[in-house]
Amino acid sequence: MSGIDYSERIPNNVELSSNKSLQRALEHWQPEYLKWWGEMGPEKSQTMDVYLRTAISVDPKGWAHYDYVKMPDYRWGIFLAPAEAGRHVNFGVHKGEAAWQEVPGEYRSTLRRIIVTQGDTEPASVEQQRHLGLTCPSLYDLRNLFQVNVEEGRHLWAMVYLLHAYFGRDGREEGEALLERRSGDADNPRILTAFNEKTPDWLSFFMFTFITDRDGKYQLAALAESGFDPLSRTCRFMLTEEAHHLFVGESGIARIIQRTCDVMNQHKTDDPAKLRGLGVIDLPTLQRYLNFHFSVTSDLYGSEISSNAASFYTQGLKGRFDETKIGDDHRLEAAEYEVPDVVEDRIVARHVPALTALNERLRDDWTADVQKAIDRWNRVPEKAGVPFRFKLPHKGFHRRIGLFTGLHVSPEGKVISEAEWTRKHKDWLPSEDDRAFVHSLMGRVTEPGKFANWIAPPLSGINKQPVGFEYVRFG
Amino acid sequence: MQQASELIRQHLIDPEICIRCNTCEETCPIDAITHDERNYVVLPDKCDNCGDCIAPCPTGAIDSWRRVAQAYTLAEQFSWDSLPPDSAPPDAQSADGDVPPEVARLTQVANQGQGGAAPPPWSAAHPYIGLYSIAKPVLATVAGNYRLTAEDASSDIRHIVLDFGRSAFPVLEGQSLGVLVPGVDAKGRPHHMRLYSTASPRNGERPGYNNVALTVKRVTADRGGAPVRGVASNYLCDLQRGDKVNIAGPYGASFLMPNHPGANLIMICTGTGSAPMRAMTERRRRRMALKEGGENLLFFGARTPGELPYFGPLMKLPRELIDVQLAFSRDAERPKEYVQDRMRARSDAVARLLGDDNTFVYLCGHKQMESGVDAAFEEICAAHSLDWSALRNDMRSSGRYHVETY
Repeated sequence: MSGIDYSERIPNNVELSSNKSLQRALEHWQPEYLKWWGEMGPEKSQTMDVYLRTAISVDPKGWAHYDYVKMPDYRWGIFLAPAEAGRHVNFGVHKGEAAWQEVPGEYRSTLRRIIVTQGDTEPASVEQQRHLGLTCPSLYDLRNLFQVNVEEGRHLWAMVYLLHAYFGRDGREEGEALLERRSGDADNPRILTAFNEKTPDWLSFFMFTFITDRDGKYQLAALAESGFDPLSRTCRFMLTEEAHHLFVGESGIARIIQRTCDVMNQHKTDDPAKLRGLGVIDLPTLQRYLNFHFSVTSDLYGSEISSNAASFYTQGLKGRFDETKIGDDHRLEAAEYEVPDVVEDRIVARHVPALTALNERLRDDWTADVQKAIDRWNRVPEKAGVPFRFKLPHKGFHRRIGLFTGLHVSPEGKVISEAEWTRKHKDWLPSEDDRAFVHSLMGRVTEPGKFANWIAPPLSGINKQPVGFEYVRFG
Repeated sequence: MQQASELIRQHLIDPEICIRCNTCEETCPIDAITHDERNYVVLPDKCDNCGDCIAPCPTGAIDSWRRVAQAYTLAEQFSWDSLPPDSAPPDAQSADGDVPPEVARLTQVANQGQGGAAPPPWSAAHPYIGLYSIAKPVLATVAGNYRLTAEDASSDIRHIVLDFGRSAFPVLEGQSLGVLVPGVDAKGRPHHMRLYSTASPRNGERPGYNNVALTVKRVTADRGGAPVRGVASNYLCDLQRGDKVNIAGPYGASFLMPNHPGANLIMICTGTGSAPMRAMTERRRRRMALKEGGENLLFFGARTPGELPYFGPLMKLPRELIDVQLAFSRDAERPKEYVQDRMRARSDAVARLLGDDNTFVYLCGHKQMESGVDAAFEEICAAHSLDWSALRNDMRSSGRYHVETY
């Protein structure tokens, strides 16, 4: 089962050829997908040869095969992690039953909605990032961008496979709609707000892959716990690909910090204006971008208290992060969880039934993961002898969804007045000037081994290749 | 090396590069990877070096190794912000054991065109690698230095024969050796080692003698045409018979010829990229009487006949040994032609050989030729119902497609 059939038009490890009607439906969707890629995939990239990782099988040895590929020829396909023999539903009211190989009728529409919402983020991010290739800081980074893009494309395939295979005509229609919505489109936008924001520059791209793709990781991990086995297996394989995206973001920002610290030490200055004059991004600006992306992505987890999240859990559709590693009853019948609350302009904690606080719990797990990565970033200035440290803003800062909607909360977690927010928000969020400055740095560097002035080279290349390897060839 | 073999090769994770994604821990079939709040680490007593974790790691952090007398403990690994410096002798650091980092770097660049290192042909002879190092080179004596290009040609390409006397220097066709130029550069550092492919077959430039031939072009201009004096090439080209040269190597475990009867060779080269092709062709010429079979097809490009090294001897090779196809890009007497144009002209022969899984392809010369040659292969395949990209992948992974360009 782990081998992938590449002789098929659609590479897969799900024995697609044994289900002719499903195969036909997907083969019908395939040209539509390629058309979408042509229109909305990375701009002016169709003839480039890109040194990409392609899965040739889903076992450890086979899924990282590197070679030059033209992106439209990338072998997008359907890969599920190997089935786990005797897997059970591991939480909720169905705990202990055999995992479902078909969609339970009563959960059909809920599951469809979960899959469509997840699936919609995949093409959305490709659309958001489609102009970035024109301003790449190096061939190495250009290659990483394209790797992220083709894998987001494959993640769309993964979700469309589930829709086609298990949701009949409704599923096929959803599959088409996934190719019709457009990020940022006024009439037919993508489903989630954060996926309609622009990714206008590489700093935003790195922040997005660092923070927002990490939301993807936590959502996929929660779905990988699902009692619906095909969804679980799909998400498990997607998670292995997702890790690379997080790497691109985390190391990308770390390299920007490194470069800025180097220039700070060379010129013995921490003056943002001087540093900008020297063509690097001052650390406070990076902090403001971090604040923005962290807060916007926090909203993706939804309201602190959610009956939807509770029923997804009870029904066995979406678990907690690392559900099977948690030592409790996996039904959450009596457990409580701490969520924030606002009482007379003070943020306090209160305990609620854990079942209703699952969004908040996943957000907290994600936040802890982001925090650890930020600790690693902070080692860069620490090593360079620069006193600046990055800090995550309070979870109530700049929120548009949930409890904090309509309130103004400072990054330190103090509820503040409208007037104070108006006065200070420019210190906390990127201003138009900040964005214009970052934008002004975005030149295109395509000579192998050369990097834009605002970012340091990586510590090592891809697949043991040298950093100066010709990761992209222009056809 | 004696010392190195007594050390343990310990598998570690580079905490500076690792993003703590848990992929390795998830992948490890024997739970030999664990983590704390700070680091992911490898259990030294448990890890059996199966390598399952290497490919899935999104960062490359997992591919870290140290030669140590005593394994780093878990507690030590948990405390790291970065890997400890490697204190083992330099020769022990690389996974290949005998290849110094400089050679590894040059080889990587030269192999880019084939997507990194490829395995050798299954029937290749076992190569000796790194018998001599930069620190401990072997002394060779110049036995001859002849100009190959016409006196009026713009380039000075030379055939230089080195004799190793009583020192062993077993080298196979397609392998290289490192030339150590005496003296220091402008910054007072020793010159970098330069690699040259051997142009002679394994039993010597002169059969039965302990000598090796090199094909060296005197570098007088850089890629952009600006005047520059190539350090190693000028050193070599100026050598006189009897001069002594320090040599390291041999190097190269991939660009080797098949040894089994009936194997076909397609050789494509420009300029001094002809050196390994000459070695392979000469090996086969000397064995013609054995009637081992296998076709040899050579595409060789130069600006003019006068600038094509070995033009005279090539023209004398028997037709039943080799099909020689020459392309000249600046010959006043004929239209401009590159190797890829010659390949297209011999499309049927190329396609027939590509269709045979006993065919081995070698490409050596300037980097610029790669894309043109690739396009020609693609076109030829398309015209003969072959899928070049699939075929190339297959040939590469089965040791039948080798690229060395510079």
